[in-house]
This record gives sequence, structure tokens and C-alpha cells, in this order.
Amino acid sequence: MSCALLLLLMSLALAMGTGAAVEIQRPRGVPLSSEQFYEENKPFTCLDGSSTIPFDRINDDYCDCRDGSDEPGTAACPNGSFHCTNAGFRPAFIPSSRINDGICDCCDTTDEYNSGATCQNTCREMGRKERESLQIMAEITKEGFMLKQQLIHEAKRGQEDKQGKLTELQGSKKGLEEKVEALRTVKETAEDPEKEAKERHLKSWEEQKELIRMEKDKTRMAEAFLELDDDADGYVSVAELQSHLELDPDSDGSLTETETQVRCLSSSSTLFLPLKADDEVSMPPYDTETQSLIDGAYSHLFYNLGLVPQSLICDPEFIWICRNLEKEIGFDFGPSAEFAYLYSQCYELSTSEYIYRLCPFNRVSQKPKFGGSETNLGLWGQWAGPEDSLYSVMKYDHGQGCWQGPNRSTTVKLTCGKETVVTSTSEPSRCEYLMEFTTPAVCQEPASLDEVLQGHTEL
Amino acid sequence: MVLARMGPLLVLWLAVFLSGTWAVDRGNFKTCDQCAFCKRQRALKPGQSLYRALLETLELTNTKLTLQLINDNNKVRLLLELYRLQGNMTRVKINELKPLKPRFEVPDVLINDPPTEPLSLLSQDENGVVLSLGADSQRLIVSAKPFRLDIMEGREVLLSLNSRGLLAFEHLRIRKDTQVDPEGAEKKEETDAANEPAEGETAKEDGMWEETFKSHTDNKPNGPSSISLDFSLPGVEHVYGIPEHADSLKLKTTDGGDPYRLFNLDVFQYELFNPMALYGAIPVMLSHSAQRTMGIFWLNAAETWVDISSNTAGKTVLGQMLDYVQGSSETPQTDVRWISESGIIDVFIMLGPTPTDVFSQYASLTGTQAFPPLSALAYHQCRWNYNDQEDVAAVDQGFDEHDIPYDFIWLDIEHTDGKRYFTWDPHKFPQPKDMLQGLIDKRRKMVAIVDPHIKVDSSYKIHNEIRSKGFYVKNKDGGDYEGWCWPGNSGYPDFTNPEMRAWWASMFAYDQYEGSMENMYTWNDMNEPSVFNGPEVTMHKDALHGTWENRDLHNLYGLYVQMATAEGLIERSGGVERPFVLTRAFFAGSQRYGAVWTGDNTADWDHLKISIPMCLSLGLVGVSFCGADVGGFFKSPSTELLVRWYQTGAYQPFFRAHAHLDTPRREPWLFGPENTALIREAVRQRYALLPYWYQLFYHAHHSGQPVMRPLWVEYTQDTATFSVDDQFLLGRDLLVHPVTEEGAKGVTAYLPGKGEVWFDVHTFQKHNGAQNLYIPVTISSIPVFQRGGSIIPRKARVRRSSSCMEHDPYTLFVALSPKRFAQGELYIDDGHTFNFDKQKQFIHRRLSFANNALSSRNLAPGSQFITPSWIEKIVILGASKPSKATLKTPDGKESLLEFEFDASMSVLTLRKPGVNAGVDWTVVLQ
Repeated sequence: MSCALLLLLMSLALAMGTGAAVEIQRPRGVPLSSEQFYEENKPFTCLDGSSTIPFDRINDDYCDCRDGSDEPGTAACPNGSFHCTNAGFRPAFIPSSRINDGICDCCDTTDEYNSGATCQNTCREMGRKERESLQIMAEITKEGFMLKQQLIHEAKRGQEDKQGKLTELQGSKKGLEEKVEALRTVKETAEDPEKEAKERHLKSWEEQKELIRMEKDKTRMAEAFLELDDDADGYVSVAELQSHLELDPDSDGSLTETETQVRCLSSSSTLFLPLKADDEVSMPPYDTETQSLIDGAYSHLFYNLGLVPQSLICDPEFIWICRNLEKEIGFDFGPSAEFAYLYSQCYELSTSEYIYRLCPFNRVSQKPKFGGSETNLGLWGQWAGPEDSLYSVMKYDHGQGCWQGPNRSTTVKLTCGKETVVTSTSEPSRCEYLMEFTTPAVCQEPASLDEVLQGHTEL
Repeated sequence: MVLARMGPLLVLWLAVFLSGTWAVDRGNFKTCDQCAFCKRQRALKPGQSLYRALLETLELTNTKLTLQLINDNNKVRLLLELYRLQGNMTRVKINELKPLKPRFEVPDVLINDPPTEPLSLLSQDENGVVLSLGADSQRLIVSAKPFRLDIMEGREVLLSLNSRGLLAFEHLRIRKDTQVDPEGAEKKEETDAANEPAEGETAKEDGMWEETFKSHTDNKPNGPSSISLDFSLPGVEHVYGIPEHADSLKLKTTDGGDPYRLFNLDVFQYELFNPMALYGAIPVMLSHSAQRTMGIFWLNAAETWVDISSNTAGKTVLGQMLDYVQGSSETPQTDVRWISESGIIDVFIMLGPTPTDVFSQYASLTGTQAFPPLSALAYHQCRWNYNDQEDVAAVDQGFDEHDIPYDFIWLDIEHTDGKRYFTWDPHKFPQPKDMLQGLIDKRRKMVAIVDPHIKVDSSYKIHNEIRSKGFYVKNKDGGDYEGWCWPGNSGYPDFTNPEMRAWWASMFAYDQYEGSMENMYTWNDMNEPSVFNGPEVTMHKDALHGTWENRDLHNLYGLYVQMATAEGLIERSGGVERPFVLTRAFFAGSQRYGAVWTGDNTADWDHLKISIPMCLSLGLVGVSFCGADVGGFFKSPSTELLVRWYQTGAYQPFFRAHAHLDTPRREPWLFGPENTALIREAVRQRYALLPYWYQLFYHAHHSGQPVMRPLWVEYTQDTATFSVDDQFLLGRDLLVHPVTEEGAKGVTAYLPGKGEVWFDVHTFQKHNGAQNLYIPVTISSIPVFQRGGSIIPRKARVRRSSSCMEHDPYTLFVALSPKRFAQGELYIDDGHTFNFDKQKQFIHRRLSFANNALSSRNLAPGSQFITPSWIEKIVILGASKPSKATLKTPDGKESLLEFEFDASMSVLTLRKPGVNAGVDWTVVLQ
């Protein structure tokens, strides 16, 4: 049935070189690189070596080889693949199930040779379009890459500035800290006798207190049990516990069975009851010896403190500046800090319903255009690109929680561009956002344009 | 954001119905005790019936017997009509002799007035009459006092009616006290309502004139109207059917619990293994014993409850053995009781005696499964929601990139302009025709949702037309009934009105439904109907469809929606193309209009398991085109569960993946290359088997035989099969035992049939029948067996959609029986038009292997169809090695076929017979 053409005669005028026409004969669907295995009129051995068949069984529309290699030009083998030459564009392999399925897959139309489908050869057009877009891309890449160099340079300078400032600040801080430390030592020496006397006093008080408490607990337990054991059967049941709302840990007004279980388990043998404030008895005053030591130490301390510029060390602004500098220096701004310029910037994209806002290394958010509050779509997480291009994807997570779902998160895909812009946003899955973002910082060093184009017109 | 986007309506709905829990809120749905008529009826206990037949009123005509019954307590008379129907059925109708106003009789479900056969009177005395039912010495005995009916065969009682005296007919009456005491409903006066309390009763009767559930008050201007009847089935221990319930295949006894409920409801996150009502209702029960299969079809569309009890149910195996040894065993018996809120008693007793007979009998009453377009049997990719045209294009492309076939991509409610059906969101789907053309270019199709609730919005054409034509369901006060659903405030078209249905159908015309094209089909969801703020999330029972209350016909609404939609799809093609419409709500007869699915299930292993009995139960009562959401609708499946669900779904009739809006994306390629490959393989197995699926659906359409069958249907004597619902048969010839356990290392499949053999379809290993076979499994295993004695056609060239495979060649898998015999069929037509029916354009061939020869003969000489498909390969399982194989074609030519023989598995493969699939041929092995 359906005797497919055994051989496809291909006349290819190779564009490069001499321009002379070269005729190649090989079975339909076989790439040039495998032609050697299909020797005309000689028995064919399946490429996996599983069996050898007569040459006329190649492309006879029946699958003889387990690896599908005997039917490169028909749909007979479930695992076969068909090679389209696509002269003028880019050669491709397609699953052999797409041969004669009525759908044009190869731009050179060679996959639909017996299906009645009318396909147009679009290879040259596609090739042209691709070359055009590659050219544009190449230009963008080129300019982008230059911008990137600038960014790297600026980042390096910025980084040095910041490091310098931090070092300076840290240096002055260190000096102050040393001073304080010295004073502390003096102070502690003075305080030691006082501390010992205080501890002695405290210890004896603790012992005394423990005795009092044990006595009290005993009484309380007996009282509490009687109070809980509503039916006076000598046991406290779950139901009885549930009737005592003062035991309710989440204060929702009811004790669930779980709560009572937890409660019973956690206090196993003795019922835990919250100690009330009035149970506390205050500590007796220090004896005179201790008191005099305390007084002496304090006066000493007050004297020394006067010499310390406390105000500078504890200045919140000073701390804040230091912290931020440390944080910024600690960020991974890419191999050459080319992403540093994005720090503390924000970029917006307005859609029909929302304004999306990306603040790199900080957060992503969304605000309805026509009123309503802002929603946090994720906080800076980490670089999340694949191994070979880690810096092509940013991940922001732990955004606002979703109803019955995860916290919102956003994946930002970075592509090379001359400008830094958010180009699109979408929500492919509920509460998982996807943002496209162009920046020169991801532009790679361009290969020469000729190289790019050549790579795609090879046959 | 989530909530904000769904709109305030959903927030309200969520607040009311979810309360943040992950399970059905049972409190939203009535128990029998909370349902006044069920409670009244159930209070009536078995005993002597209050009804007496008035034999002097007996009339026997050529077509029926009529007889009056009287309730001696209240003197209300009923009229009994008995019919003997062609094909071994008996119809029993009971109505009030003189009802105050007509009682509802279900229209549009029976495909015709069932043809009768004459009844003949065998004997008559003052105790009753004996009638002959014709064949097989079957007799119908009418006993007068108390009234009961017994159907006998020889000396054996097959079935009795009212033998437990539970016939109860609440006659229509005039309300005595017109002043409603608001406290009245609360004061429960213990009156045996079902016993027809004497005249002079008051409105204070339990919920007779008014009933309140949660915040909803049901006004009952017609008062009590419920009916009840009991059936006894001696010798029966297994009953099945009455879907839809999320329960085992074999129905359980309901003593001490609620009866099975039949009332179409949108149940949020339904629970498994209980008798609660779900989206659809088919009031048909099958009984089976090793001796006989019978069916009871209770034709009533009102809310219905079914009680089942059994005299053996409570007994342990030991107890049953003791009975047997001591000879004291009473005959096992199952008693069934049907209770409906209104209408009349209209029962069809299908007397079998085989399952095949019962299927034919039921099909002769309500019709057969619609024969779907072939592509509808392929794989469907759905999600709430594919966001926009780009999303659709990307998913379509994803299938090609990962070389996974699919035929249909689905759009849920978000594709519309503000949930206005028949429209498109102008931003997300600005060019629907471009999108559909893109799918046509790939030979693929789309389904877009059209729900029956219509947004009340004066700028919406559909709403305006329905309103101006007066086509909406009315509330009790005569205004348009309105309720809340996805679009907010919505009207509900009265689909019971044939004019409304004709208008609705006309809305699917290409010039009416903008952006629709011939490769776009329809999905009817929410057609119970779902009313978010209605009682039990559905329509008020006192809403009016013309003169009838929703109470009378509630369970019919969904059927009518699908009927009108399917009609629309047929009409738009000028009657040429077969429609495809999926529905969630259904009733008896819905099989004629398309497919159903098991609604909003959950991504749990138990939900995967329950998909088998749920679809088996539907198949038994006519609905073969059934499936469950692959992956589970709510929640997110583990990768293992998703893979196992694909593997199971690939072998169930309706094969569609679907997911809730709030779940992460789960297209098949999102779980790593290994899992993509596993899912691809499951889908490819489905596509390869499409010729067999199509053939099974042709039979379902032709003769009403279910596609997916419980084992007992084919192994009627083998009691070991009677309760099996973790595996199933496709047709007679494939046995499927999907892996539905997490982390399974093996499954135990029961291979039925003493003296038969089964072949593993993957390894071709042969196993004996009548054994429990332990099958070790890996994550790639889908245990499927082909019956020795069968021939199954496949298409081995799986392509990106079923349309692409139309002209591809066939591979025949011939599994020999121990007697070296096999038989099968091949059915081919154009795959999508009615020409198979109207112009007899199809090929139907008998394939048989006997005496070492395999041949193809025409089964339908009157038909004609030309196919380019040919026979690519023949694989004979359980064969011995021949010396040669000769192909003989009708032109007298003989040619030798090459072959391979695998001695270890006894598999003979004939290489490339190459003969056209539509002609006669024979292959002789020597």
C-alpha cells in the first residue's frame, strides 16, 4: 500500500563556494550526515544494529527497525525522525509521526508529500525574517554590551566608594568601641564584690521562695481538682475540662478536644494553672553590707560613663547607614556587579487593570489602577536561572498569601536590551507571576554578525 | 487579589459555603430527617398495606389493564395501570383516580410511547387475578387485599411490589386552615402522614404546607404530594445503579443511615462513600444474581430517596455458613423502597434475564448513548482557566514540543466577557476566530463553556431576549426568578419550555454566536442548576416552569440544558455534524446528548479510586461517556498521583485533565522529563486504542451496551466478580486494573473466566482465567489484559491529534483462546458526521480466526464507505509457528506474507498484509 517514494532526489544549488549544482541521492528524511549508512542497493543495518534488512525495505512504510532508522521518510515507526533540509532557513528534525499528517511542519514542505495538504515553501521568507531579527538582536546586543561595560565600570567605582565609606565608619566605630570596652573593664572590676554579695542574697531568697511555692501548689491543686471535677467522681473528664474556659489557650471562647488533650498531656501529672501576679512575694531588702557595695559601684559607674561618647555609638542613623552599606555590599549583583545599578530603583508597567512595580533586589508589587490597596507579589529571594545562566532569572517570593494557596511569588526573566524596562507581566498559575524585564546587564559579548548568520544557513 | 478578582459575589459565596474547610459542608444539604416528605414517608414502617384493589373496577384492553386501589383510611382512590411492554418489560403506573389538579408526568425522557404487548387473563377470583406475561411462563399476580403485585417465572417470584406495604400516595388536598401559624412548623405533632391521615388534618402537619431549611422557606401551595413504593427482590444480594453517588459499585444497605438521595445538586468538595446527592440523578437500579439480572426504572424527576435493605447484609460469612450447614438459611432478599416528593408512580420493570437484555430494554425506553465524534474520545486538555489566546497558543505548542497528542483544549468561564456566555473577553480573547483557526491548522478543536445562568444585565443581548420572550423561570410570585451565580445576579432560562430550547439552540448558529467556528464545541456546567444563594445551592422548589413547580421536575433541568445545546450544535451544521456537549447535571435519557463527568473532584488517591465505580454505575444505566477530572479538580496532585491518574483516565471513556483556578499549573510537561514521558506513554496508549474505543461507542450507540463494564456483566455466574470495582472491562475484551494506590509495588487483579486465558497487552504474557493474579508494578505500569478469543484493532502510528490519524493503517491484535479461536470487529466511518446513520456510510467488519485462518467479512452489507486505511500488521498471541502464511484477496490473488515468530511468548507477527481495511480477505496459516 501507499508506495512512498523510496528516494528523494535532491538538487541543491549550494549557495556558498563555486555555485555549481551538486546532486545528492539519499533516502527521504535522511540527513546528509547519515547518508553514508544508507548505501543504495546494499542491505541496510538498522542504526542500532538490531537487524539487517534489504535496501528496498527502507521507507517502504513498514517499521522493521526497533530504532525506526529504516523509515526516516514515512510515519511507520513510532520513534522515527524525519530530516527537513529547509534550504534557505535552518534544517530540522521532526518526529516521523508528523509526516503526511496534513499539517505543514517543514518550511520546505517536504514532510507533506502524500497527504493532500497544500504547503507553501516558506524557508526563504523565514530565513530572511530570522536574519533580520538576528541582525536587530545583534545590534541590541552590541549596544547593550557596551552599556554593560559602563555599568560594570560604574558599579566597580560605586562599590569601592561604599566599601571605603564603610571601612571608615567601621574604623571610627571600632575606636569608640575600644574605649567603651576599656571603661567596661574598669567598671566590672569595681562591680565584682557587689555582684557576689547580690548573688548570695538572691540565692537564699530563691530557696525560701521554692518552699513557699511548694506549699501553695499543693493547696491549689487540691482546690483546682475539686473545681474541675464537676461531677465529683474523682476524675477530671474532657467534658469537664471543656467547661472551663480559663484553660482555653487560643481564647476563642471554647476548648476543643484537641486543646484539652494538649493541655492534659503537657502537664501530665500536675495540672498547670497560670500563676497569678498576687502570688509573687517581693524580695526582702539587701543587708547593709551588700547595699553599701551597690551604692559604691553605682557612684563609680556614673563617674566613668560621663567620659563615653555614648550618643555616637547608639545613634540610629549611624547604625542604619552601616547596616545598609553592609547589606548592599553583600548583595550578589552578578559576576561583575553589573546589576548593581538596579539597586534601590523601581520600574513600573501599567496594564489594563493594574500597575506592576519591580524594585530589583527588594520587592515586586501590584496596585489596582482604579483604587484598592497594593499587593506584595514577592520579596527578593535569589538568582534562579539555570546553571549555565544563573543571572537570567530573578526569583521573588514570600509575597502576600493567597486564599487556600501559596504565598505570591514572581519570577523575573531578564533579557538583553538597551533599556531597562519591564516589558510584560502575566500570572500563568494562580499567584505565581511572571515578569519579563530587559536590561543591558545581561547582554553577552556579541559574536560577529557574520558568524551568527552563517550558523543558520548551513545545510 | 484572588478574592478581589473573583468579585464580591464569590467572597460572599465563599464566606457562606466554604468557611475555610477542605470538605463538603454537610450542614448545607438536607438529610432525610431534614426533608419533610422523606421523614414523613420513612416514618411509615413495613406492615400490612392500607391499600386494597377494587377488582370490580378491573378493565383489560388490548394494551393495558386498569384497576382502582383504595386507601381504607381516607377512602382516596388511586388508578393502577399495568402494561406488558415489548422486550420483556412491565410498566406499572399509579396515579390518583381523581386528583385535585393534574400531577406531573415526566415528558421527554422516553424516546417514544413504549410499544405494548397484550396481557392475557389466566385466572381471577375474589383474591386477585393472574395475568400472563407471555414468554417463559411469566405471570403477574395482582393480589387484592392487601394490594400487592408479584411477577413470577414458573414457581419462582422474581419481584414483588408493595409486599412490605409501603405504597403511600399523598393525595392532593385543599388546605384546611388558611392561616399559617408561624410556630406551626415547629410543633411536631406525631401523625403518620404517609398513612394518609383522615380528613380534618391541619396545616400543622410536619412541613406539609411549608418547610424551612436554614434560612430558606419552601412554600408549598399544593401541599403534600409525595409517593412511595417498595420492591422486594428474592434471591438478590447485589443491586447497582441509581447514580450519581460517590460510592462503591455495589449499593449498600441504608438501614440506620440516610437513603441514597437523587436530587441534582452542586456539592462543593464532595465526600466519598456516602449516599448524599450529587450533580446528576438516574433513577434506575439493576439487580443481579447468578440466575438473573433485572432493572427497576422509577420515572420521576422530583427529589427522590432510595432505601435499600437486605436480609443477609448484617450477617457475617460465618453466620451465612452456619445457616447453610443447618439448612435454616432463608433465601437472600433485597428490599428496596423509592420515595419521591411529587409526581406519579411510573415504574418500568425490566425483567432481563441477562445484563445485555436489561441494557437493551432500558435503551428501548430512553435511547442510547450519543455516538460522539471520534476526536471526543481522544485526550482533552482543560483548566480553569487558560488565560488568553497567547496562553492557548503556548499550551498547544507545548503539546507539540513534548510530542504528546491532544485533540481538544477547553476554555472555562473566564474566557467570557464578565461571565456573559456566548461572548468573549475583549482583552484576553480579542480574536477568537484566529485562535480557532490556529487549532484547525493543527487539526485540533476547542470546547468553550456555556452555563445556563444568565447575567441580569440590560446591555446583554441574551438576557434581553430571554426576558422579552418571557423565557425565564418564574418565582412563586410570577416575576423572573433570580439567583446568584458566577456573573452575580442571574436569571435561569426555562429549558423545560420547547420554545425556549429552540431559541437557545438557534443561539449556537455561527452568525449568532460570534467568534464560534465548526471546531468549537460546548460544555454545560452548573446546570443542576447551581444557585449560590438558593436552598442547598440550587433553585427554590416553588420556582415555576410554566405551570409546574421546580419541585416536580428539578432533576430534569440539566437534561434539557444539554438537549437544547446539542440540538444547537447539530442545527448550526445543517444537521450534518455530530455534536459534542459535556454536562455536569443529568437524568435518565441524558446519554442521548453527550458526555458527563463526575464534577468537582479532588486531587486525592481516594478520588482516583472512586472514578471507577462512579463511571461503572453510570455505564450500567445508559451513560457510557463518563470520566473524572484527571489529576483532580480541587487541590494539587502529587506527581505520582497525576501520573497514575493519566494512566487510569487513558482507559476511561471521557479522558480530560482539569484543574481549579487556584491550583498550580499542571500541563503534562511540568514535572520533569521522566514524568512527561510517563504521561506521554499513557496518552499514546489511548490514541493507539482509539479504533477499539470508537467501535465500543458505536455499539453503545447502536444497542445500549455499556463501554466500561463491571466484570459481572460478562461473568454473570462468577460471584467473585459481583462486588469488584477496582478494575473493569472495556467492552468484553479488555480488562483494566489501573494502579490507584500510592507507592504501589504491585496490584492483584482478578482475571475471570474458568478455562479462559488473558494476555498482558504490553508483554503478551498469557495468564489463566479464574485467578487472582499478583502483578508487580513500576510507575510506568498500566495493567491491561486482552481476553483470549478476541481481536482488537489499533493504530500504532500515534500522531498529534486523532484527526491526523484518520487514514492511518491498522494493526490487528489477535488473542487466541485455548481452542485457538478469536473474534473481533472493525468499525470505520468518517468520524464526525451523521452519514453513518443517514446514508449508511460506514464499514463494519467481522474479523475471525478459526481453523488457522484469519478472515475479514462484511457485517453490514447495506452500508458503503471507502477508506484509504489498510492492514499494516497482524499480531497473533498464543500462536504456534506456521510454515507459511498466505494472504488471499477477493480478486483471487494469493501472496505469501513474511512473518516473525517469538517462541518464548508464542507471538506470531505477520508483516505488512497491506490489504485495504474495507475489503474481504483471508490469511491462512500452514
